[in-house]
Amino acid sequence: MAGNKIDVAYVANLARLELTPEEQTLFQGQLEDIVKYVEKISEADIAGVAPMMHGRPLVNAFREDVVRPSMDREAALGNAPARVGDEFLLPKIVEGAES
Amino acid sequence: MELYELGIKAAQDGLAKGEFTSTDLVESLIRRYREKNGEIGAYLTFDEEQALALAKANPKSVPIAIKDLINVAGQPCTCASRILQGYVSPYDATVIRNLKANGFIPCGRCNMDEFAMGSSTENSALGVTRNPFDPGRVPGGSSGGSAAAVGADMCIAALGSDTGGSIRQPASFCNCVGVKPSYGRVSRYGVTAFASSLDQVGPMTKSVDDAAILLKALAGRDEMDGTTPDVPVPDYPSAIADADMKGLKIGLPKEYFEVSGMDAEVKRITDEAVRKCEAAGAELVEVSLPHTGYAMAVYYIIAPAEASANLARFDGVRYGHRSAASRDVTSLYLKSRAEGFGPEVKRRIIMGTYVLSSGYYDAYYGRAQKVRTLIKRDFDEAFAKVDVMLTPCAPTPAFKFAELQDPLTMYLNDLFTIPSSLAGVCAASVPAGFTRETKLPVGVQFIAGGYEETTLLKACKAFERIMA
Repeated sequence: MAGNKIDVAYVANLARLELTPEEQTLFQGQLEDIVKYVEKISEADIAGVAPMMHGRPLVNAFREDVVRPSMDREAALGNAPARVGDEFLLPKIVEGAES
Repeated sequence: MELYELGIKAAQDGLAKGEFTSTDLVESLIRRYREKNGEIGAYLTFDEEQALALAKANPKSVPIAIKDLINVAGQPCTCASRILQGYVSPYDATVIRNLKANGFIPCGRCNMDEFAMGSSTENSALGVTRNPFDPGRVPGGSSGGSAAAVGADMCIAALGSDTGGSIRQPASFCNCVGVKPSYGRVSRYGVTAFASSLDQVGPMTKSVDDAAILLKALAGRDEMDGTTPDVPVPDYPSAIADADMKGLKIGLPKEYFEVSGMDAEVKRITDEAVRKCEAAGAELVEVSLPHTGYAMAVYYIIAPAEASANLARFDGVRYGHRSAASRDVTSLYLKSRAEGFGPEVKRRIIMGTYVLSSGYYDAYYGRAQKVRTLIKRDFDEAFAKVDVMLTPCAPTPAFKFAELQDPLTMYLNDLFTIPSSLAGVCAASVPAGFTRETKLPVGVQFIAGGYEETTLLKACKAFERIMA
């Protein structure tokens, strides 16, 4: 992985983050340093080692599949930036559809 | 003595004897808040009316300050981010329900690094928190508001959260006891997620007994958090009552004592702590955690990767900030997130997205998870030989504002706390003394195996006793 170069503008767009030109320049330098630092893990001998996915070995955690009360609709909509009736209001998503 | 100076145990005793009520406690805390918060900034908000109403309804309860990433119904939960300004929680986190069921009430929202990303609370978008021992210095982070509230007697005790050291390092900087429970010991339901394979909520208190009382209330299986196993919760306070240094096998991981760049006073205080433990009858054993040198790199792959996924939920659709400038749904995401998140959060989202992106996953995230296994094995092997380990908690005492400018330098502040987080074991910072010239508090870290909180708290309590 050595020599991989992070393309901050490209990755930021994948993460749906709009950056200013100043941020892009600043983050490019900082993240190159951080990426270079973490590449240290390439020195570790991981032959035959299983990945640790979690802080503790996990097994499936099931609970009874029963209907029970969920959050009140008004409470769930209480923090909506915009709403119409019982729905979240968003800009048009499907092209050509009526908004 | 003012009521706000009390810890949990003393407050519970006074309540039980009828010497005062919860309302008296809350009124005392409100006075303290008004007097001190302008200077310290431990709290982002403290709803006085709501606190008084809770106290009136629960006259035998002890108020607990809450880090601003834990949901309490009817209270703000900003994570110190502009993206959640104005948000009001519609529900209680499980830890809050547990607190309420055990004679506690949530009062006040503590400042923090935005989304718990940072080690100084300087990344808060909503306020500055100052170290109670020197207002020119940071309180540590990310639970800096909680630590400052405890250190400045602005609360009885507080809840913090720890992903790579965010309870322990600020506890060290602000002279409090801070416990990071084993992974899964405490439910995260209703706690805003940062790195889900690492996050834990834990107590920040004025004594080890208080930490035991609070942890007992918090811990246990929760069907709303599938990572909490059905492991019985011991009665920590009574289990540690007879804590004694005598015969305790304390491991000293040599890699932690060979670090370059460790502050001379931190080294002196840690060495003295080790000597005092030995003098009190502990058996010192040198141990090795050979993969320690990889821990920072592993953490700064895994934590941002998980954060980038967790923070995808902040999209301006259902709650949180929505950009007024958006025209279509893509620009709504791009602009709402750009306006809402601060620089450190953006850096970590980009870093995390990068290490998870197609073609890089195996080299970074996949490989980091394997090295994490090696780090975990180091701990397993060490704990086969010793009861607990004793290490420095942070390489320096509290530093000055703007002293650590470069993100990578700031990251290195957590090098003693990150490995145990990766291993999923429990660890705590306990006050160990003050620097000579600057009079700043310094804590040492005790580490115990997974779900060995009783052993951990016993060691901490025995240490607290010999330091008294």
